[in-house]
Amino acid sequence: MGDFSPTLTQRQAQERTARRVVFVLSALPLVLIIYITAALFTRFWPLLEQYSLWDLLIGTQWYPMQGKFGFLPFITGTLWVTAVGVFLAVPPCLLTAFYLSEYARPLTRVLLKPVLDVLAALPSVIYGVWGVLAVVPFVGNQLRPVFSQYLGWIPLFSSHQPTGYSILAGGIVLAVMIAPFLIAVTYEVLMTAPQDWRLGSLGLGATRWQTIRYVLFRQSLPGILAGVVLGTSRALGETMAVLMVVGNVPQMPRSIFDAAYPLPALIANNYGEMMSVPLYDAALLGAAVLLLVIVLAFNVASTLVLQRVLARR
Amino acid sequence: MKFRWHRRHWSEIIVKLLMYCSVGLVFASLAVILWTIVSKGLPALTWEMVSQTPKGGFYLGKEGGILNAILGSLYLAGGATLIAFVFSLPLALFLETYLGQSRWANWVRLSLDVLWGIPSIVYGAFGFILMLSLGMRASLLGGILTLALLELPIMVRAMDEVIRRMPYDLEQAALALGSTKWEVASRVVLRQMLSGIVTAILLAFGRGIGDAASVLFTAGYTDSIPTSLMRPAASLPLAVFFQLGTPFPQVQQRAYAAALILTVIVLVVSLGSRFLAAQVGKFSVK
Repeated sequence: MGDFSPTLTQRQAQERTARRVVFVLSALPLVLIIYITAALFTRFWPLLEQYSLWDLLIGTQWYPMQGKFGFLPFITGTLWVTAVGVFLAVPPCLLTAFYLSEYARPLTRVLLKPVLDVLAALPSVIYGVWGVLAVVPFVGNQLRPVFSQYLGWIPLFSSHQPTGYSILAGGIVLAVMIAPFLIAVTYEVLMTAPQDWRLGSLGLGATRWQTIRYVLFRQSLPGILAGVVLGTSRALGETMAVLMVVGNVPQMPRSIFDAAYPLPALIANNYGEMMSVPLYDAALLGAAVLLLVIVLAFNVASTLVLQRVLARR
Repeated sequence: MKFRWHRRHWSEIIVKLLMYCSVGLVFASLAVILWTIVSKGLPALTWEMVSQTPKGGFYLGKEGGILNAILGSLYLAGGATLIAFVFSLPLALFLETYLGQSRWANWVRLSLDVLWGIPSIVYGAFGFILMLSLGMRASLLGGILTLALLELPIMVRAMDEVIRRMPYDLEQAALALGSTKWEVASRVVLRQMLSGIVTAILLAFGRGIGDAASVLFTAGYTDSIPTSLMRPAASLPLAVFFQLGTPFPQVQQRAYAAALILTVIVLVVSLGSRFLAAQVGKFSVK
């Protein structure tokens, strides 16, 4: 039997080969990121040769046939929808995460885990269908009349169009989509807090909520913030679900009941005709570059913070 | 000593109520979503839907089914998962054993996290220009490759999670017995992470089958069942999206049915992965 087992030299040779393969493979993710950015940017370049980046970013006119490419409506649309989504999602998600880590019995955790898993696993097009069938009518028929009647004098809540296809509908759908993510990250961060902090605070006579508010929340704030930023970057790039409920009108939105046209929706809706109009493809891939740059910035910053926080364990 | 109500007791109760509401909200949103999909999709679901390809006039409400999209999605996600697996298994396996906590390993982890966060529409656009420069048209192969890029970071991360939770002693014991790192990785770690592999594969498959934005540019859409890697392929998410966009109620009904089918597939994959992982996990050292 011993005849078949490799000799030490063979094993060392095997080891060296494996080591080389690993180092080549481990460069793959970084190379991919650089390559994706560079490839998209090269396609964006022809547009930058004709217009200055600043003009593109603050231009509000989008008429590809006439050669007018203003990205501002799309950038604002993206930011509005994302902001509404994150604003709606953060409070309940933080509370849920606090509940899970500080109050819940093991049974509740066991029950909630698959629910969050399924919410995270549902495809975005399913969220889109739900949005079209449930959220859009709800926003259009229930929320919009109430808000315009009682709070219509606040510009943020005034309504200029009769349907529910709006920033608010997109925000609600986004909020549900990023919820499992936010809860999971916050829970992870809270789990790294040493038990002594809790015991110390409770031992001094603080209630659980006081412990959360004055000890855990303050100490975990960097991690929680990083989690929220990471959730925001997920929301920024969400395409299908938002595209289906947000109305897709290239305008500068003024209220949450206005339709908007986020960057991902712009790319997805127009890819079919982009080769037929000059510079149109450069403009659409430029939209992809903008999206990528925003998301990358959010991502790198929050991931660096989170890696540090989670390494405390 | 008599108990006296203080402001902090009230705030404790109020916050607790708010927390119950939040948890309830999470449960309720899943229930509402599933209810919407099932109640709309079930009446529209017929045997014809899952067993036939679209016939003439399908998009005006005539007969036919979405077998093309179901099979197309399975091919796309299956192929992508296979390719992603080939690359991510060694990457995850050796990230810990060879690179450990070194500076380079942290770079690799950071770039994986960043890749994981890149929106699928950007992958779609990237796949599209890649195919343009190679002179390819929208095809099954293009879709598979783009989805594989999307799935790669998800898979590596899922595997890496399991490897990191592995008992440190196990690796040390194997090294102490004189094994090379390669032997540790391929004989010890690989066996320990079987459950992680199962979870990772199913997680990535579920992601891949539900993603619409990346296959929109790269896989195209067709009414026939894909027979070659170079031909376009239909997919379920796009079937839902396109059919919902038509003005005909009969066609929209089919979108609901397609959405239900997609939801069922994703749910089975997601819940099945927990079950399988638990089964396989029995054989690893805790």
